Amino acid sequence: MTDDGITIEVNGKSLPARKGQMLIEVTDANGIYVPRFCYHKKLTVAANCRMCLVEVEKAPKPVPACATPVMNGMKVFTRSPLAVEAQKSVMEFLLINHPLDCPICDQGGECELQDLAMGYGRDVSRYQERKRVVGDRDIGPLVQTEMTRCIHCTRCVRFGEEIAGLRELGATGRGEHTLIGTYVEKAMESELSGNVIDLCPVGALTSKPFRFSARTWEMRQMSGIAPHDGIGSNLHFHVKGQTVKRVVPAENESINEVWLSDRDRFSYEGLYSDDRLSTPMVKQGEEWREVDWMTAFEVIKDRLGLILNAGGPERIGALAAPTSTTEELYLLQKLMRGLGSNNIDHRLRQTDFGDDTEAPIFPWLGQSIVELEQLDAALLIGGNVRKQQPLLNHRLRKAAGKGAAIMAVNPVDYEFNYPLAARIVAGPGQIPAALAGIVQALLEAGRTLPDPSAAALLNGIQADANHRAIADRLLKAGKAAVLLGDLAMNLPGLPAVRYLSGIIAAMTGARFGYAGTAANGSGAWLAGAVPHRLPGGQPSPHAGLNARAMLERRLSAYVLLNVEPEFDCHDPVGARNALGGAQCVIAITAYRTSAMNFYADVLLPAAIYAENEGSFINVEGREQRFGAAVRPQGEARPAWKILRVLGESFCPGAFNLDDIEAVHAAIHADMQGIEPRNLDAWLRPDSLPWVNGALQRLTEVPIYSGDPLVRRARSLQRTHDAGDGMAHIAPGDAGRQGITNGDRILLKQGGETAELPAVIDARLPEGTLLLQAGNPACFGLGPETGEIEIGRA
Amino acid sequence: MSGNNGQILDAHTVAEIEHWLGKYPPEQRQSAVLAALRAAQHQNHGYLTVEVMDAVAEYLGMPRIAVYEVATFYSMFETKPAGRHSISVCTNISCMLNGADDLVAYIEGKLGIKTGESTSDGRIHLKREEECLAACCGGPMLMVDHVYHENLTKAKIDRILEQLD
Repeated sequence: MTDDGITIEVNGKSLPARKGQMLIEVTDANGIYVPRFCYHKKLTVAANCRMCLVEVEKAPKPVPACATPVMNGMKVFTRSPLAVEAQKSVMEFLLINHPLDCPICDQGGECELQDLAMGYGRDVSRYQERKRVVGDRDIGPLVQTEMTRCIHCTRCVRFGEEIAGLRELGATGRGEHTLIGTYVEKAMESELSGNVIDLCPVGALTSKPFRFSARTWEMRQMSGIAPHDGIGSNLHFHVKGQTVKRVVPAENESINEVWLSDRDRFSYEGLYSDDRLSTPMVKQGEEWREVDWMTAFEVIKDRLGLILNAGGPERIGALAAPTSTTEELYLLQKLMRGLGSNNIDHRLRQTDFGDDTEAPIFPWLGQSIVELEQLDAALLIGGNVRKQQPLLNHRLRKAAGKGAAIMAVNPVDYEFNYPLAARIVAGPGQIPAALAGIVQALLEAGRTLPDPSAAALLNGIQADANHRAIADRLLKAGKAAVLLGDLAMNLPGLPAVRYLSGIIAAMTGARFGYAGTAANGSGAWLAGAVPHRLPGGQPSPHAGLNARAMLERRLSAYVLLNVEPEFDCHDPVGARNALGGAQCVIAITAYRTSAMNFYADVLLPAAIYAENEGSFINVEGREQRFGAAVRPQGEARPAWKILRVLGESFCPGAFNLDDIEAVHAAIHADMQGIEPRNLDAWLRPDSLPWVNGALQRLTEVPIYSGDPLVRRARSLQRTHDAGDGMAHIAPGDAGRQGITNGDRILLKQGGETAELPAVIDARLPEGTLLLQAGNPACFGLGPETGEIEIGRA
Repeated sequence: MSGNNGQILDAHTVAEIEHWLGKYPPEQRQSAVLAALRAAQHQNHGYLTVEVMDAVAEYLGMPRIAVYEVATFYSMFETKPAGRHSISVCTNISCMLNGADDLVAYIEGKLGIKTGESTSDGRIHLKREEECLAACCGGPMLMVDHVYHENLTKAKIDRILEQLD
């Protein structure tokens, strides 16, 4: 026992405790239940519900266990007549204004108040007067309010201040007139807002998409892993029959703690989109025909066989979504390489592949997620971490709360929910120069270049006060990190960004890491779903084509795994043209889109998310396996099974993998002895990317547009964070063209034009135009980065 | 919202807020929220609007909802349009024992409004007072625009009301 170890006695039992702990923490740790509403282990103590009153020897009256620090030798009674009488009295007060209509409340059956009322409430109410009624406000498409049921525990209010970093809900009024709410009609904007549903102990805040669709006792709870960001939050599916009715967090202290981002919580709605593909389909001429699986496989064998004979395997390419499982990605690359082609990639939005050879074995965070909390400084480069990786940002926010300097170099001045210690906003083409400025500041501070030849890049680079501030905070930090965000990975000049970021990390002793792009970006690298690396990161003897080159070279056949190229690729128009011109496109997909009707030849219905089994590897390199929670819809099958059959039909004997365990074992045989290392190699660019004065297009993926599943989550699409479909223009650029908010403007890129409403966006540096990926109005335009012209429509 | 302060909070209000900010550590600007709301309410003819509260929130660097919480908690802030003159009748224990409830009913009848309401001509706001106004030795008492009137009678109330423009 450590120095601050003490012993207390609860209900006659001796328990170890630490000084400074609250009584309820000790009883919770030892399985002694004390009723509570306002106390939550992740929030500060409010002690306002008084439900946890217990008797302490020599105390004149019952004390709240949540706000009473333990003392050595303290004698506590949680079930003594005094304690129980106090708890019952509190319950009577709480029920005075609470409706007693549990059968029509969505929380019924899983309500902390209902449960405790069974244990502590009277059978008959002594309160005969009128109960208060509270009007509801619409606080957005995710959280339903029924504030008459609120017992003012303030968990949701404290969550906003302490966890979400955004005070949206508050307690207005006083005494009996106190209301929890937003005061004004306003939708919640936090990317973590759904957590108040779990926190609310009563039916005041419930899930709007789930509302009145099932009772807790009708549902089974199944485990799963979140399929969007690279964090891999643990979750539970609540399943009724064969339908996922809702998703709630599963506690994992080292990953998502007890939280879940809204994207992970509500994306399940996409499972039940109208455009789910339920049977295999084959296009004959212009006609689509539903077929059975065997026919579909025979058609594929015939059509791919023709191409193999005519043009050879290099005329075939595979594009896979990084949200696919490791098993799927592994089998897809095994199929492609079995055919004799290394043309496989999952980096669909990347445009610059110049340093592929030097890229790390997988884009590792550089530390564990928990370690982010212990940082003294972090430099984020090119990414909206708060919205794209909400629970990584949550760890950084905790570090910031302890005094860490979180800093950013971004092409958009993204909002954070904590103060940044320094920031540089630089257009997509100027980020390398901004990083070079920081390197220059580090040189001036007496650090030496780990690669002396880097000096050539610093010609003419001046360090300004911002560069020096960032350099200074990184140098002073005991633990520091340099993190590349998802936007950085998709910029032209990635090698320069990666190289200079690595130099900054090496010069400051900071850990260099990647914030992650998708659920299984790590798994895709490790499974060999890149053209130049085999499973386990071994260099491929022959490098194939990367995602961009596959589309630019106009191959004869493509295999798509969970990809909608018109949304997911760097150049949607180019992708559509390449696929449309191919002789054979096989789409393994959960959805059938009109674009697929145009370019695909065979559609194979795949199970996704809760219907699927397999594993993801998160940004830390942590592998998490999951089983299917529900049966796939219609004839859909897990893609690993589809790929196994396809593989077996082209390479008999090589795909003798009976179950997912066998696939998993095969992958693990290739992954022995892998150690994540980010700073082993880098490619020094000859010069910093050259920037002329032309307007540069930057494309961000709205957080609810990143993959096919979340794009179909209806409720998320109605939130503030769904894309606004506008052309975002820096104030200076707008002023020069005489453009004001709401004007329709004409965009010209590579000979193509599109017309969009404009919004003047002060977050942008001059010379940068921000568009949002997946906006149908932009489909006519070229790639996601590059020069663009604007004019009034 | 940025840039709106200049229009919403006038120079006098800003000077008043700055005066109070000077009394607190610079990193604790929200300490001045009560004084700021009082000044803003005075500027805005006796009541606070969402726009005014938002301007105070921005000036002090507070979440808007935190300002709404303060403004709705304290009874000296009105969040709905109120009459020019504010009358609070103390109904706490000493005044109540001396007949304050009858006086409230008398005023309500005379003005034709209930506590918490304002006369339709915008002349008088009859506050719903929750606190003891600390003039127990002179109870029953009322307060008109921060001025105390003690040892009330109905005749005295008539005179007080007549003097209000």
